[in-house]
Amino acid sequence: MPNRRAYRCLAALADASYKQILMANPLNDAGLHPPRMHILGMEGIPREEIVTLLDLSESYIEQSRQHDKKSSILRGRTLINVFFENSTRTRTSFELAGKRLGADVINMSVSASAIKKGETLIDTAMTLNAMHPDVLTVRHSDSGAVQLLSEKVTCSVINAGDGSHEHPTQALLDALTIRRRKKSLEGLTVAICGDILHSRVARSNIYLLNTMGAHVRLVAPKTLLPAAIEQLGVEVHHNMRDGIRDADIIMMLRLQTERMQGSYVPSTREYFRFFGLDRDKLAVAKPDALIMHPGPMNRGIEIDSELADDIHRSVIHEQVEMGVAVRMACLDLVTRSLSRNDGEDAA
Amino acid sequence: MTEQLRAYVNARLLDPASGLDQTGTVLIDGNKIVDTGPHLFPNGPPPNVQVIDCKGYCLAPGLIDMRVHLPEPGGEQKESFETASAAAAAGGVTSLICLPDTDPAIDNVSVIEFIARRARETNIVKIYAYGAITRGLEGTELTEFGILSEAGALAFTDATRAIADTLVMRRVLSYASTFDLLIVQHPEEPRLARNGQMTEGEMATRLGLAGIPAVAEVMMLERDLRLVELTGARYHAAHVTTAAAIDVIRGAKARGLPVTCDTAPHYFTLTDAATDGYRTFTKVSPPLRSEEDRLAVIEGLRDGTIDVIASDHRPQDQDSKRLPFVQAEPGIVGLETLLPLTLALHREAGISLLDLIRRLTSAPGSLLRMKEGRLAPGLPADMVIFDPDHEWTIEATELKSRSKNTPFDQMPVQGKAMCTIVGGRHVHSLMG
Repeated sequence: MPNRRAYRCLAALADASYKQILMANPLNDAGLHPPRMHILGMEGIPREEIVTLLDLSESYIEQSRQHDKKSSILRGRTLINVFFENSTRTRTSFELAGKRLGADVINMSVSASAIKKGETLIDTAMTLNAMHPDVLTVRHSDSGAVQLLSEKVTCSVINAGDGSHEHPTQALLDALTIRRRKKSLEGLTVAICGDILHSRVARSNIYLLNTMGAHVRLVAPKTLLPAAIEQLGVEVHHNMRDGIRDADIIMMLRLQTERMQGSYVPSTREYFRFFGLDRDKLAVAKPDALIMHPGPMNRGIEIDSELADDIHRSVIHEQVEMGVAVRMACLDLVTRSLSRNDGEDAA
Repeated sequence: MTEQLRAYVNARLLDPASGLDQTGTVLIDGNKIVDTGPHLFPNGPPPNVQVIDCKGYCLAPGLIDMRVHLPEPGGEQKESFETASAAAAAGGVTSLICLPDTDPAIDNVSVIEFIARRARETNIVKIYAYGAITRGLEGTELTEFGILSEAGALAFTDATRAIADTLVMRRVLSYASTFDLLIVQHPEEPRLARNGQMTEGEMATRLGLAGIPAVAEVMMLERDLRLVELTGARYHAAHVTTAAAIDVIRGAKARGLPVTCDTAPHYFTLTDAATDGYRTFTKVSPPLRSEEDRLAVIEGLRDGTIDVIASDHRPQDQDSKRLPFVQAEPGIVGLETLLPLTLALHREAGISLLDLIRRLTSAPGSLLRMKEGRLAPGLPADMVIFDPDHEWTIEATELKSRSKNTPFDQMPVQGKAMCTIVGGRHVHSLMG
């Protein structure tokens, strides 16, 4: 059993602050469904709750490194990974997280063809709901789709990435990775570089890092920055050397190759020259600056291949490991809200 | 004939066309107005006249809603002639002009005739139609303006599609001016607005939704105004929403160009902040704008730059709205909320009742060269009696419209149509 004390304190937390981390259900669901905890985004999540989640995640890192990785906290629980958009790593990470906690895990890829058959998101939600899952992790290519789905089901929902909106578990795993390396997020300078416009990872990270007292800089050409982004409390740079100067953390984002067709950038060659991370540009960051990437990487487009593999600078593989721990913590946390409603104690 | 005489007494008469705002009486005979004024029947109406006491409520020409999506044929599950008419009557609207984006589109005489037949059968409020500017609303080939106009099309528009091709637009305006016809444009540069879901800005950025920059409106408008100058055509910009566009129209009017415009209540009531939480009922085209733009719309109404207020009624059923924001259809139902939301400008922005009623009656009436929209002898007895102070709460489920897509559900408002009169018939009455 992981850290008992954190466990109790989280349960108390879940009671006290439904409306925030829980992002409980708006609208008319209140009377219909028992209240459940969802994790839909990092916007508005208070610092204490982030800290509690990160602390809980720490305990799961140890569990994942043991020979016997399995516990039974989620025994009897059903987790369905519902992916309306292709993903290998996030889905695998949630799958492992669920299995290591003893849940039954089902993966469901809702292909474009099912949608073409006329089944709407809400139909899919209702169908899944009838199978009594305890947690749904959902990825969808439309911003807001996961929230919409969460309003129609009686289980807990974790956002595994919705459109260009949020990807909260990515921000949490990034925070955990940084905290373990740098002890604290407070006062760090974090440069997020690349396609901010289309990035849910960037948005979730901006919210979380700001809440935790880090200083966030964005680096991108103007075509890849959304309007009024500075209103989110960030410093915007178009010159990469200015943007990463003296930074503690450099987060690179994936540039999808489709962006070339959309006239966002002229070529991968030009992009790499001005916005790709190489040793030359990295020299202006702090000597111990860490390189992060949510994956999958485009080697030679946003990041120099050799740099990505430099174990002294790159924590990209560590991020993947933290991902499983963070998702275990999220699953643990949200199922506690269900336990209370069931009238049974998961402990 | 005399048994059809009816006097509406003790009413605050509001007739924007004549500037009348005084307590008085309207006398009708059957379906026509006989006389109006403060001094009618100084000794009380004669005994052969049926008397209706208006209890001091306002009596105005029936509202003319010049922008209504009535999706029949093709979208009967969203709204039919019957449900749209009932909604109009409940909202004090006595004439509505439906947009041509039906399926099939109103781009030929047989669809116009279908509309006219259905309007006759329904026979609650008056229903008129626009003709499409281009066949199938595709923006390329002109429809038969002359023939459609003879068949009853009041003006021409491609509804929510802008005529993007500049050469086509030039010919449209030039050909329309041959017959002195009005062209109504959806002023939005479509290539700049492509894939956009809401106005570009902080809210769109937070929600991760693709933005439409506010300048997409003024860009199309500025291009069109050059063409208006070139051709001399009568041009109307539908639902203007931005400060920049209103400024440009203000300037064009000052230069004497034959340009008019309208806006819809949601553009002076809501901003893009209302979209928070992915509320698909706030998805409209053009999108809700910033607070500065909202205030500019009110200013445009105050100084007369904006000629008309139209509901832009666009019914959408649940299947079209209970979707991720990107997939949801745009539109708000507006026939029943047009009057109270407009009257809020009287209390909150200090615009006179007469000025507001003008935007809902005589202004669209004269723009579309209709006989309706005025209280004058010999004209159709289309009138609305409303209580500007009546407090009520908008309830989506109570709407007469078949679709309930309103972002104003549960909003407390003031002002309600107490009686709607079309050609002398009471088609809606709360007066007992």
